[in-house]
Amino acid sequence: MLILECPYCGVKAEETELAAGGEAHLKRFGPGSDDNDFHDYLFMRENPKGVHFERWRHANGCGKWFHAARCTTTLEVFGTYAAQTYEPPQEIKDKITAKRPGWSWREFSDASE
Amino acid sequence: MSNPVTATNGAQFSGIATVADVGLQGMITLRGDLSSKPLAAAVKAATGTEVPAQGTILVVEGGAAAWMSPDELLLLVPYEQAVAKTAELTKALKGEHALAANVSDARSFFQITGDGAREVLAKISPVDLSPEAFVAGDFRRSRTAQVAAAFWLQDDGSFRVVCFRSVGAYMFGLLSTAAHPQSAVGVY
Repeated sequence: MLILECPYCGVKAEETELAAGGEAHLKRFGPGSDDNDFHDYLFMRENPKGVHFERWRHANGCGKWFHAARCTTTLEVFGTYAAQTYEPPQEIKDKITAKRPGWSWREFSDASE
Repeated sequence: MSNPVTATNGAQFSGIATVADVGLQGMITLRGDLSSKPLAAAVKAATGTEVPAQGTILVVEGGAAAWMSPDELLLLVPYEQAVAKTAELTKALKGEHALAANVSDARSFFQITGDGAREVLAKISPVDLSPEAFVAGDFRRSRTAQVAAAFWLQDDGSFRVVCFRSVGAYMFGLLSTAAHPQSAVGVY
C-alpha cells in the first residue's frame, strides 16, 4: 500500500484517497510544434525500474494536485512536493541522491555525478 | 414554499453506536485566501469563530468553521440564516478574490454518538482514528467506503459526518451497517 503525504493539507493519505495522474513534469508540445515533439509528448512515457516522478491528486481530501517522487521497485517514497514547479525541488533531489546514488530520470539526475 | 427536508428525513439507528440524521444544517462553502484579514473578519461575523488552523474545526454556539483545503472553508450556520449569511459574506468580501456559496441543501449531515462511534467510522475510512491521533476539534476530509465525506470529533466524543446529499441514503445505510449491534471489533 502506498502512503503519500499531501503537501497541501499535511494528511498522510493512503492510496485509496488519492487519484493517480500519471507521469510528472511533462512538457507540452501543442499546436504548431514539430510532429516528432508532439508524438513524444503524447505517447512517450517513462517506465523506470527505480526512481520515478508522478502526479497525484488528493481526490478524497483537499482536491489538490501534487507531485511525488518514489521508487517503483521498493515502493519507497522519497517525498512529495507542490504542483507549481517545473522540476523537483533540490531537497527532494538530495534525498534521492542519498538513497539512490547515480539516479537519473528524463533530464533530472544525481547532481554529484 | 415547499417544506425542506433532509435526504434521510430524521432517520436513526442504534447499535454499537447511535447513528442519526442531524437534520437541516446551514452550510456555506467559502473559498479565498485564508490568510486575508477581510476574510477572517467575514468568517468571524458569519459564524463567530476565527479562521481554523489546517485540519481542524472551530465550533461555537450556533456556528462553526472547518478547514477544507488551503483555500477553502466550510462554515456551519443555522439553516434559516444560510441564505442571508451567504449574501453578507459576498458583500463583506467584495473586491477580494473569494467566493461564498450556500450548499446547505446539497449536503447530508449525520452524527454518531456512543462508545462505538470511533469504531464505526474507523471501519469505513482509511484514517487513523485512534484516540491519540484523532482528537476533539480535528477535521478530516476523506473517504467512507465508496463516497467522499468529511468528519470531525466534537468535544463530547461524538462524531459529525458531512457528505453529499445525493449519497445521503447510502451514507446512512453504511453507517448503520458499521454500527450493527453484533459487529463490535473492540480496538478502541
